[in-house]
Amino acid sequence: MTRKRRRLYLLALFMVGLGTATALTLMAFQDNLVFFYSPSDLLAKNVPPNRAVRIGGLVEQGSVERRSTTDSKVQVRFRITDLSHEVAVVYVGIIPDLFREGQGVVANGKLGADGVFQASELLAKHDEKYMPPEVADALKKSGRWQETGAPK
Amino acid sequence: MIPEIGHYALVLALAVAAVQVVLPLIGAARNDTALMETGRSAAVAQFGFIALAFACLTQSYVASDFSVRTVADNSNSAMPLLYKFTATWGNHEGSMVLWVLILSLFGACVATFGRNLPPALRARVLAVQAMIGVAFLAFIVFTSNPFLRLDPAPVDGSDLNPLLQDPGLAFHPPFLYLGYVGFSTTFSFAIAALIEGQVDPAWARWVRPWTLAAWSALTVGIAMGSWWAYYELGWGGWWFWDPVENASFMPWLIGTALLHSAIVAEKRDALKTWTILLAILAFALSLIGTFLVRSGVLTSVHAFAVDPARGLFILIILVVAIGGPLALYAWRAPALKTGGLFAAVSREGAMVLNNLLLATACATVFLGTLYPLFLDAVNGTKVSVGPPFFNATFVPLMIPVAIAMIVAPLMTWKRGDIAPALARLWPGLAAAAIVAATVLIYIGGATALAAFGMALAAWVSVGAVIEIAERVRLFRVPLRDSLARAAGLPRAAWGMTVAHFGVGLFIAGVTASSAWQTEKVQLVRPGESIDVAGYNFTFKGAVEEQGPNYIARRGTFEVTRNGRPVTTLYPAKRFYPVQRQTTTEAAIHTLWIADLYAVIGDPDEGSRESGGPAFPTRSDGAWATRLYYNPLVPWIWLGALVMALGGGISLTDRRHRIGAPVPARPRPSTAPAAGE
Repeated sequence: MTRKRRRLYLLALFMVGLGTATALTLMAFQDNLVFFYSPSDLLAKNVPPNRAVRIGGLVEQGSVERRSTTDSKVQVRFRITDLSHEVAVVYVGIIPDLFREGQGVVANGKLGADGVFQASELLAKHDEKYMPPEVADALKKSGRWQETGAPK
Repeated sequence: MIPEIGHYALVLALAVAAVQVVLPLIGAARNDTALMETGRSAAVAQFGFIALAFACLTQSYVASDFSVRTVADNSNSAMPLLYKFTATWGNHEGSMVLWVLILSLFGACVATFGRNLPPALRARVLAVQAMIGVAFLAFIVFTSNPFLRLDPAPVDGSDLNPLLQDPGLAFHPPFLYLGYVGFSTTFSFAIAALIEGQVDPAWARWVRPWTLAAWSALTVGIAMGSWWAYYELGWGGWWFWDPVENASFMPWLIGTALLHSAIVAEKRDALKTWTILLAILAFALSLIGTFLVRSGVLTSVHAFAVDPARGLFILIILVVAIGGPLALYAWRAPALKTGGLFAAVSREGAMVLNNLLLATACATVFLGTLYPLFLDAVNGTKVSVGPPFFNATFVPLMIPVAIAMIVAPLMTWKRGDIAPALARLWPGLAAAAIVAATVLIYIGGATALAAFGMALAAWVSVGAVIEIAERVRLFRVPLRDSLARAAGLPRAAWGMTVAHFGVGLFIAGVTASSAWQTEKVQLVRPGESIDVAGYNFTFKGAVEEQGPNYIARRGTFEVTRNGRPVTTLYPAKRFYPVQRQTTTEAAIHTLWIADLYAVIGDPDEGSRESGGPAFPTRSDGAWATRLYYNPLVPWIWLGALVMALGGGISLTDRRHRIGAPVPARPRPSTAPAAGE
């Protein structure tokens, strides 16, 4: 095989690989970009129900309610607030170690037709002094950042 | 006094590194042996000073000297000694000292074990290594001094992040850094080759052991991190496509490609410029990994640094260390002579395929990891890219990689014929078919994809065994001859077999655990039982316990199968009062073909008062629990360790220690970096 031919094969191989990867990537990308909303955004922007999104803010004081469902699961209901607006959230499962009222939390899930956010995952993995940057931004946007004592 | 000595040693190391950049380069340009030799002494001296600084820092931690700021911030007198020790690198400043310690260790190894390197190449390699050293030492000395004093000293420290107080995580950073920083050596070799304008098989031969060492350490480091996530985060999963995980995984992917292309460069004198590019990229991605996890742009347990000056400094290092070499590459690489021609269907061809696929896979991970950061920087939109993206792009790319991995070793160099290779594949294919059929028939709810995954795993592992059986002509010649052949095979061949076999184990673990994991999340009262995949978990209640620096709530599960006791699990939740943080301690019993995994949550007590005690006291006796049956999950880490072991075996190949074409003097029996 000549050198030119070899190069051609290599190039073809490379293009096929690149093409496949690009196609796969773009397809997967379309479906899997998860946007982040603060509670105010969520209400203002009319996020369609049943689209996977991520919301974040503070767990509103006194809003956490737990009950066991009929099939012995733990259901947690609470509200996420950016201190201007709040969103009701329901989650079934074990809550993370660092989930506290008044602390920052990020929830992955979908907005239900009834306006209650169905969380499939709660992220509160950080220590008390820490606040997820998305949450900090959401609070800054709603102009209530200072009131929380602005954790570092 | 000790912290001041440490600080002084760091500054001295910086000065020595600066000398090590300049003199050997001048020496190599003028062909002045004396000047070139300064590189070797400087490399050893630099290592000595940094080791001294690191020892001083460790001493401050072990002795709990809270007048040192980083100790006061990250340690506590009540911590067990092991964690006082590992807290040394459980923070930003200390981890950077560890980084340069390993960097200078590799430099010292090149200086000591690289006696048979051509003097000019060695001088240039050491100079490039020292450039990285200068950048990072300056970073430490000017922005992240670990030896800053506090006056007055606090009575006690504010404890190490409880998530890091764990044996698995304690040694995860050193291994990861051995991998990351190990690629700096290959990087230095690549830059030196570009400066010299020549790459020959001898060059590739010197590069291979360093790549192997770095790759093996990185494999162990990533596996440890993943194992930690599995048992400490309590979600039953082992890989989350989290940006910090991806940050360590990208250099691994490119490192794997480099490992293979370096073989082609050595044996066939082909793919040389590509190998150099991979060497540059592997280290560039290691730097990006360091930047991502350390600068605080990603939020995680790893993000120690929140000081923007540090982020900017690392960013400058990144731009110089990646942009510079790539520019040099663009300028010099076309001048490198290409060698060794080969047909598309040949072992080289399979290696090229492997390289392209691995590089593409790395690019998709790169896109998924950095696109959210990019979008945030451009217009402030917050997005995240979840595991489905990576599963949809990464997994399909790995399937042809696995197949190429089976076929390539059976093909010949230069011009292969696919038919004979396939003919030798049939036992593997047969094994794969049997496994697929067994899975589909005997395991309820098995999907075609899961059956395919298991079949692929069988094919890969059997294929690896067949390859070595072919080499020793097992069953074709008398067994004794086969054994003699096996003993005579180069260690590198054994290394490949072992590593590829490890990949098979890994694929089996991944497939089975994702396809057949059983999860039960529910409330349980003492005396109640839950059935998980045929195992009966009986809850015996929970007690409170006092640890050295934490309070724990510990539950007890008795596990039986068909009435016979299997094990007792003690999942716990720990509360660390100093940091006011709770951690989950999953209880895991491994059956080797599966893990029984139990996590205990909070007692069910209706709504909870905020700011109350960490462990609510009012309870009607029911506890939230999460129980898992994770089939083959131990094989994931076992596979990774077997891969790393393969790398280690290959590293002991004596051909690596002989610098072709220079005849070798007798060498010490250990390989340059095998023991680290």
